[in-house]
Amino acid sequence: MSQNINKASSSRFWYDPKVRSILFQLLFIGLLVFFISNIITNTTNNLEQRGITTGFDFLSQEAGFGIIQSLVEYDETHTFGKTFIVGLLNTALVAVLGVALSTVVGFLVGIGRLSSNWLVARLSTVYIEIFRNIPVLLQILFWYIAVLQVLPSPRQSITLGESIFLNLRGLYIPAPVFGEGSGIVLGAFVAACMAAFVLSHWAKQRQVKTGEVFPVFRVGLGLIVALPIVVWVVAGQPISLEMPVLKGFNFRGGITVMPELIALLLGLAFYTAAYIAENVRAGIEAISKGQREAAGALGLSEGRIMSLVIIPQAMRVVIPPLATNYMNLIKNSSLATAIGYPELVNVFMGTTLNQTGQAIEIIAMTMAVYLTMNLMVSLFMNWFNTRMALVER
Amino acid sequence: MHAEVEEKEKQSVSLKHMAGTETMIELRGVNKWYGDFHVLKDINLTVRKGERIVVCGPSGSGKSTMIRCINRLEEHQEGIIDVNGVTLTNDLKNIEHIRKDVGMVFQHFNLFPHLTVLENCTLAPIWVRKMPRKETEEIAMKYLERVKIPDQANKYPGQLSGGQQQRVAIARSLCMNPEVMLFDEPTSALDPEMIKEVLDVMIELAQEGMTMICVTHEMGFARTVANRVIFMDGGQIIEENAPEPFFNSPQSERTQLFLSQILSH
Repeated sequence: MSQNINKASSSRFWYDPKVRSILFQLLFIGLLVFFISNIITNTTNNLEQRGITTGFDFLSQEAGFGIIQSLVEYDETHTFGKTFIVGLLNTALVAVLGVALSTVVGFLVGIGRLSSNWLVARLSTVYIEIFRNIPVLLQILFWYIAVLQVLPSPRQSITLGESIFLNLRGLYIPAPVFGEGSGIVLGAFVAACMAAFVLSHWAKQRQVKTGEVFPVFRVGLGLIVALPIVVWVVAGQPISLEMPVLKGFNFRGGITVMPELIALLLGLAFYTAAYIAENVRAGIEAISKGQREAAGALGLSEGRIMSLVIIPQAMRVVIPPLATNYMNLIKNSSLATAIGYPELVNVFMGTTLNQTGQAIEIIAMTMAVYLTMNLMVSLFMNWFNTRMALVER
Repeated sequence: MHAEVEEKEKQSVSLKHMAGTETMIELRGVNKWYGDFHVLKDINLTVRKGERIVVCGPSGSGKSTMIRCINRLEEHQEGIIDVNGVTLTNDLKNIEHIRKDVGMVFQHFNLFPHLTVLENCTLAPIWVRKMPRKETEEIAMKYLERVKIPDQANKYPGQLSGGQQQRVAIARSLCMNPEVMLFDEPTSALDPEMIKEVLDVMIELAQEGMTMICVTHEMGFARTVANRVIFMDGGQIIEENAPEPFFNSPQSERTQLFLSQILSH
């Protein structure tokens, strides 16, 4: 027996798993370096042959084309670099609005699916099955072509209280105009938010001392809403609303939300919400019936059982797939190209690329944007998840 | 060892005289169906204050369902259930009121895994009894000491053994200062060496005069603690007697068969 072991230990060094693993890794790295350097030299050679200059100089050249929606000041005299910023911000706008809307709808539908109300449960199920099983591109096109483009013309706009108008050119909503002294109102809003924060802290302290539960949410919300309104009235209504008004064939004033943005937002949010709803349902169903019974047997009400026992445990099941859904929504926003919403892929990888021909630089920059955005979402959700995680042995 | 047995016997003698005359729980003509399946058939049972009832019977006989009806974890379709002077109806306030006074311990403990042992104990006193957190923590520590695990107060349930978890579950119920305790097979999911630590806590509780209804197959516990033993089969109460006559001279054939099966080894 001992002879055998001796034999083995004196055998050739590449039978040692450690040596082997190092050798294989060195080999792999070598191949990778060779492969990448080959691609780079090849590409630079090809580009030189065709007379295409590389580098990021084009970013400071004049763009010469307009973009229909921009969150920052932009016209055709601005640079290609600015088109990148405009596209990036438009993508970010859809991402933020989409994540918010899909979360709200997703949680409502997910909880609704478990409702004891037959109608609510069935409607939620139908919603999920429809929106989950149709390609998201088709849904975006549906909203754009089948819903928004058959809306009436501006003169026959659908209107809500003569201040919000919806027609085939988009959604028109009143815009706030900040007059002199509006800083006080904004200050009041910030102060109310801070007061609500202090209030919740105080309520917790009081609960510890006296046991009385203070309705923090209702009072806090009331404070945040009421205080700015009171200050606004007292300060002589410094913030006014600019109403959209029909002038000729179109509306002037107010904020215009273009139909492309509405279609993209509805398509992405409703599609993603169906997945989030299923995650929420799975999270709640993952909690054993015994938890609900034990909490009920202690005399806790239905609402408290949900908020103190079920939801905190369900969240740890819901959060990881939630991150995946948010990232999918951000990536899917590039489908806007199909309906002409001017987000990053459409503007920068579309028009700017066509105008400059700097394919490698532009595609690399665009990819880097999505990568960065999704890594940020991922980092945030991981942090959130560790906060909610369950302590085990 | 002998001393311990004598001690137990003394306890059991002293316990027999403790039940009061006041009615704590009354079930009159209770019937329950799961669809077509008739689970509880015309159950009549009166439990007086301080009384300790042990319910036994084969699985599927409706014993768990019966005690789960008492705090409305299950709904009964016919008959009347009175708990501490309140009649169970569909009124939510009514149900919450009864649940405040009725503690329950489950087979699978059902501790809240996201809360520490201490938080498990203080959750209901804070949110249902609306007591100051400080006070609830003091009460929780008092009961955790009584179930002999005060040193685990800041651990999470997942870090405890089964026996420890069940003792926390008992402490958690006691923190609500209940009038009645329901035990639904509290030792069935435990390893043999942990059963004793849980039964000891339950015996101690009985000595202090707690009204208890225990669904259990621990016949030693039934002999020591129970005022009455109830045998159920097929959704009916077949036999109801003090432990001595129940074990020594069971009346019905079904009871005899059941006892011979569980006591034979």
